[in-house]
Amino acid sequence: MFENLFGGFETDLFDQFRRLESEMGQLFGHSPWPAGIRAVQRGTFPPINVGATPERVDVYLFAAGLDPKKLDVSIQQNLLSLSGSRKIEANESAEYYRRERYDGDFRRVVTLPDDVDPERVEARYRDGVLQITIQRREAARPRQIAVS
Amino acid sequence: MTTNQDVATQESTGVEKRARERATALIPAVDIFEDAHQITVQAEMPGVSREKLNVQADRNELLLEGEMTIDMPEGMAALYADLQTTKYRRSFVLSGELETERIEASLKDGLLTVRIPKRVEFRTRKIKVNVP
Repeated sequence: MFENLFGGFETDLFDQFRRLESEMGQLFGHSPWPAGIRAVQRGTFPPINVGATPERVDVYLFAAGLDPKKLDVSIQQNLLSLSGSRKIEANESAEYYRRERYDGDFRRVVTLPDDVDPERVEARYRDGVLQITIQRREAARPRQIAVS
Repeated sequence: MTTNQDVATQESTGVEKRARERATALIPAVDIFEDAHQITVQAEMPGVSREKLNVQADRNELLLEGEMTIDMPEGMAALYADLQTTKYRRSFVLSGELETERIEASLKDGLLTVRIPKRVEFRTRKIKVNVP
């Protein structure tokens, strides 16, 4: 089940290219194929995954310890913007050995399929994952055509 | 001679196994800090619930492991994925002055906080300098 969203890239040839592109990007810092115009460099906070079914598109944003009140989710046509702020309160009396957690403002923009309905969006935050569900328009869904 | 070889083979497979595990798991970002009484590790493991979290400590090593539980509709296909696995794993070497049997861990909104107290005799004491 998880393979679909996290590793299910081998499902078709195009996706295989995308995976190769991402691996090449990791190895060489760039890839021979053009990247999406809104793509960000690897390791940008927060990481996101996007999954789709014929009925809906789900965007997952992985950000632990977020205050949902400081989160701004907006959608314009098929462009989803996610911005917010995560302030990490430093322990003044302590000595730090590692400071890897992202501290500050963030913003990510996701291009969704053209058939999403910006009027039907739901968002929830659980266990550090913000999940945004956007319904797709009926007309775009595949229909079974009966052959008589 | 043969014994040595056996040990060498075992070691290499152990290393390979660990390397594979590392390659297939996400490395959670951490903040680590120390005050007079304890060392605190804060690790980001979004998507991990209490039931899928494993925090383990022995004398030498602190192991943080978890697996995400993601709410996904049936038949979902990935359009884009920054994360390509659902497992987290990271470990740290501990040192002898830490009281590993009294480690406390808490998890809130995907943020794991582990507190490792220092043995009493190792806690920092302020030394008063007497000026005659």
